Amino acid sequence: MTTSPVTRKRIRGGIGESPLRPDGIPKVTGNFAYASDLHAEGMLWAATLRSPHPRARITKLDTAPALAVGGVVAVLTQDDVPGRPGFGMHVPDQPVFAAGECNYWGEPIAVVAASDLETAKLGVAAIVVEYEVLEPLTDMEEADAADSQTRRMKIRRGDRTVSGAVSVEGYYEVGQQDQAPLGNEAGLAIPDGDGGVDLYAVSQWVHSDHWQIYPCLNLEPEQIRCHPVGMGGAFGSREDVSMHIHLCMLALRTGRPVKMMFDRAESFVGHVHRHPARMWYRHEADADGKLVKVEARLILDGGAYESSSNAVIANAAYFAMGPYLCDNVFIDSVAVKTNNPPAGAMRGFGGVQTAFGHEAQMDRLADELSIDRLEFRRRNALGQGDPMNSSGQIIEGSLPTAELIDELASMPIVEPLASDDPRHLPGGTGLTTNPDHVKRGMGYGVTIKNLAFSEAFDDYSDVRISLSPIGVEVYTAAAEVGQGMVTIIQQLAREVLKIEQVAVVWSDTNVIGSAGSTSASRQTQMTGGATYQCAVELRQQILDEFGGDDLSSEGVWRDGDLLVTLAEVCGGGAKEHEIRYRHPETFATDENGQGDPHPAFAVAAHRAVVDVDPELGLVRVVQLDTVQDVGKVLNPVAALGQIEGGALQGVGMAVLEELVVDKGVIKNPNFTDYLLPTFLDAPHIEVRFVEEPERWGPLGAKGIGEPPTISAGPAVYAAIQDAIGRHLHRVPVLPQHIVGSS
Amino acid sequence: MEITRPTSLVEALEARAEDPGADLLAGGTDLMVEVNFGHSRPEHVIALRRIAELAQIDGNRIGAGVTWARLEKSDHRALAQLARTVGSPQIRAAGTIGGNIGTASPAGDGLPWLAAVEAEIEVTSKDRGVRRLPCSEFFTGVKRNALAPDEVITAAILPENVPTNQEFAKIGQRSAMVISTVSACVVRDDDGTVRVALGSVAPTPLRATRAEALIAENPDPSEAVLAEFVRTVSAEVSPITDHRSTESYRRHAAGVLARRLLERCLAR
Repeated sequence: MTTSPVTRKRIRGGIGESPLRPDGIPKVTGNFAYASDLHAEGMLWAATLRSPHPRARITKLDTAPALAVGGVVAVLTQDDVPGRPGFGMHVPDQPVFAAGECNYWGEPIAVVAASDLETAKLGVAAIVVEYEVLEPLTDMEEADAADSQTRRMKIRRGDRTVSGAVSVEGYYEVGQQDQAPLGNEAGLAIPDGDGGVDLYAVSQWVHSDHWQIYPCLNLEPEQIRCHPVGMGGAFGSREDVSMHIHLCMLALRTGRPVKMMFDRAESFVGHVHRHPARMWYRHEADADGKLVKVEARLILDGGAYESSSNAVIANAAYFAMGPYLCDNVFIDSVAVKTNNPPAGAMRGFGGVQTAFGHEAQMDRLADELSIDRLEFRRRNALGQGDPMNSSGQIIEGSLPTAELIDELASMPIVEPLASDDPRHLPGGTGLTTNPDHVKRGMGYGVTIKNLAFSEAFDDYSDVRISLSPIGVEVYTAAAEVGQGMVTIIQQLAREVLKIEQVAVVWSDTNVIGSAGSTSASRQTQMTGGATYQCAVELRQQILDEFGGDDLSSEGVWRDGDLLVTLAEVCGGGAKEHEIRYRHPETFATDENGQGDPHPAFAVAAHRAVVDVDPELGLVRVVQLDTVQDVGKVLNPVAALGQIEGGALQGVGMAVLEELVVDKGVIKNPNFTDYLLPTFLDAPHIEVRFVEEPERWGPLGAKGIGEPPTISAGPAVYAAIQDAIGRHLHRVPVLPQHIVGSS
Repeated sequence: MEITRPTSLVEALEARAEDPGADLLAGGTDLMVEVNFGHSRPEHVIALRRIAELAQIDGNRIGAGVTWARLEKSDHRALAQLARTVGSPQIRAAGTIGGNIGTASPAGDGLPWLAAVEAEIEVTSKDRGVRRLPCSEFFTGVKRNALAPDEVITAAILPENVPTNQEFAKIGQRSAMVISTVSACVVRDDDGTVRVALGSVAPTPLRATRAEALIAENPDPSEAVLAEFVRTVSAEVSPITDHRSTESYRRHAAGVLARRLLERCLAR
């Protein structure tokens, strides 16, 4: 046994600090390898033939002319799919290639691999296709009437015959937002020479890709390995398979590595979008300002294939009325199938659409009752121990809605406009607006979101930790899409093991089990939770083995003395431990939507201040004040970044971002006309955290990615209406809506 | 793809005469977008950036190769205003006024100003020398102009006395880096004559001549005249509905914007 004068070093970069991201400097200096930077010796380039019609029958498909183009190596269609003909997140309803019929504009029909990208595009152009153009189904209500839906979901809770002293009704529409990640889709498939393939392609969940790909390829699961890659954002657009099966098929057919990279226009058609929605609401309250009954009908357009529509519509229904107590709730919701661009996951996942509706309803009811709008929300705030308004589930975890509202009310309100700098006025550098044209408005958004997967889904994350004298390695298949998972994993491992050197090893599907998706605000709690628990168990195993009371980078300690060095602990190898981490079990609900479907919830509250030029319909979002329920702050800078970025995505949805879809055709698949907020459109954002620990997850931390996106938009929407003194029923709010022209 | 890189105008005109219809490349902020989208696959590009004489401002002559970054500092108030609304700083460092004229987009940011100050577009060819066309003759339709296949746009020629009282504004849905849904320029002479030009509300930059006449009759307009001015401008434009905006919003906004600019001119 060693006794030694060694002292334990203080560990930097633990919980509560904001250590530098290991990928931060490479990213800002251009040295980080994104999927689009992937390269392999002798690789081919691939391009995709896409349907020019939202709905058509393919009457002729001749690939021979493409194969005749010099440099073209392979052309594949649905006939070449070796296994299951389709794929999908939940059900495999989407064919690998359109065959027989095309169901949306941009649906893949064939892929071409060639010596270079230009040649691949020439090959695509040479394919002969003839279509019988069919009338597309593009109206969501017509689709509902025609019984073209993927899931109906109803909530029946309480007594429908009760009524309140006051009631308000409203109709709301939400346009189609796109995730618009800065990094386009890209991937590289490399054949292993043994009938299998390694795929490196953008993904929020490599195991889900894997489960969808290998049946289509008719391979054994271990013959295809999906690897995590560098990504510039995702926001839901990379949960679904896009180019993945195509790339694997081409690599296996040609025996050569094959690369594919979407350009911006192809990215807009090559991934799923947010569901556009139409919503009808009726809210009733008693004279004391307590909600008595909420009725709603919701339609979401899922486009041509199911993707995650069935989960999105459930979320829309469960969170149709926000974080407010109510005992009588009746909701009819439906996700319909049309020939519009497929909709799937996007940050907020169903709750974003309904938030615009329920928050507008809360304002109208408050006004009707002559109660302050924030006070009205406070009186109805849902909290821990209450039954969830939709499912009736008793909320066991933290839910500090009232605390958030109180904190928001205490934040100082931004000073009135005092500048004639055009950059601070509606219209910005366009010089459209004088200060005396401006009307100021203020609005609130208080919203709720479920955290992690719901409705009996077996939600887990696998983590393996390997400890050696040179440091700690954490193996995970979690997707780092830019959100900062890497630092959270490092910080949690450091905090427990007291070893500063922690590397995250992003691992493929043969190396480690699933981490679940980087979505649903779940990775901090799930893979963070797995990391924390795995580290705690590994530490305890080592302490038990050596009879110590503490572990650090020096070794195992007892009573302040170093017992054994880390090298001795590891005995020339590494100490390894692997766990599968699960959140509390959830359950499917009954035919009335009643039961315990959710593992946890989070709330967020926003106050928006906007300046509007009513005569021209121009808006400047001046300030967002926000309070968020975060459980515990693990990394203050990362938390701030998630909230600021998430809020700005909500601002974009309220005033700018919309895919313009005309009879199934996207009219603005580019950054010239799909307008994201610039820095000049970004308001000043004040953020406060409320820390009430969650019952599960690392140190009580909650997921934080989605809530700010949900609450910011409704706050801005309300503030615009406050400024102009008129109800508007659609987002994004466009200049023509504000001026009241058609 | 063949690329010719002349260093003088003479060389450029020779290349253009030899291969009429070869694509002209200045800043590339329009042409390269077309190429990247696959809408255009040029076989021969004549790159104009090395021609120093095109990039000069000489009195009332603005060379076609002058970039927006330079025009941001122009003494012509409205020209500087509009130059600041073109794209991003990177686009302004590359894009040129000649390119804006050549592309002849209805949304071209520079065009309402050129129309309002009554600039002429100077075009040059090897065989026929120099021609000068007023905006009303040069711009012939949506992305169409009177440039002959062997010609090069060489300059915008301003009249002798450009009024210093001039204002530009542009409506876009976003606060910066946005294509205009409506733009306007109002110029006021010392004698009270007013010229009003609008962008994105017709196939070509549009002079609101009836609205101009109204102010000529009422150089010190009352509220009633200003209201009539708004209605007249809205009646004179012929906008369309597309994915960026609607016909009726553009018609409404054109009138409001023109009035605001007129009032700014009248207040100076």
